[in-house]
Amino acid sequence: MNWIHIVSILGAAFAIAIGAIAPALAQGKAVAAAMDAIARQPEAANTVSRTLFVGLAMIETMAIYCLVIALLLLFANPFA
Amino acid sequence: MKIASPLESHILFTIGPVPISQPVVTTWGIMAVLTIGCWFLTRRLGLRPTRTQAALELVVDVTARQIRETMEAEPQPYLPLIGTLFIFLLVANWSSLLPGVEPPTAALETDAALALIVFGATLWFGVRALGARGYLRSFAQPSILLAPLNLVELFTRSFSLMVRLFGNVMSGVFMIGVVLSLAGLLVPIPLMALEMLTGAVQAYIFGALAMVFIGSAISETNPSPKAPNHEVSS
Repeated sequence: MNWIHIVSILGAAFAIAIGAIAPALAQGKAVAAAMDAIARQPEAANTVSRTLFVGLAMIETMAIYCLVIALLLLFANPFA
Repeated sequence: MKIASPLESHILFTIGPVPISQPVVTTWGIMAVLTIGCWFLTRRLGLRPTRTQAALELVVDVTARQIRETMEAEPQPYLPLIGTLFIFLLVANWSSLLPGVEPPTAALETDAALALIVFGATLWFGVRALGARGYLRSFAQPSILLAPLNLVELFTRSFSLMVRLFGNVMSGVFMIGVVLSLAGLLVPIPLMALEMLTGAVQAYIFGALAMVFIGSAISETNPSPKAPNHEVSS
């Protein structure tokens, strides 16, 4: 195990660890706002939840990008 | 302990020079099941629906209503594409429930092909609704300065469509594999239940995003749905 392997593993772990923080906060804010909107206007629940799902998927993509980077580092590392 | 890379797929056999991998076989199996199943179920349709026909009509109706609400257009031209995408993705994501079957959407190539279909459909419906010139003009919509950004977005959103589906499904499969190799036989069952939920949500989101992309392509020049086609005639 040379130093490129060590750095790759650390990079993958940090990519997931740091990359999960911001999407988690963002998803929390989005869900809270949607709950607020549904509580104020229950008849709009359908539209709000549909938009919420699409928005959550958009936010989640950021975390998924980090996951893909981590997997690339671990399994398809171009330098190792 | 060595874990197999989720980025490369297992090759089953070769036909001539073409290697056939596991996701290809699974995809063709799902396509065969869906095609034969649809042919079998729609063989005798009547005005007085049987139970299965009523259930199928419910599925078609719900999909058409979703398209009408999301795209604010008549669902008829888009219903075959969106419905097929949704049903195929649902079956593909849930196919991991069969023992020994890996969902084909956990391979990057399948998702790339599906995202490419949505990309092509966006261009096709956009050009069909607005004409080639009108569609090109819609890229410079708020201002000509945003044209490069709109052009880049056309590609990045297809890319993110591909990576989103791949990442979600593959991470589920990967996690179940890791847990299975660490713990015993029955431990991954809650994870598999969670994976069913993720699969259904991702199938819905893929369909919904395809609707949003096509809807934005066909309506970019008429901001209000009440006044369609006023840009095409000019």
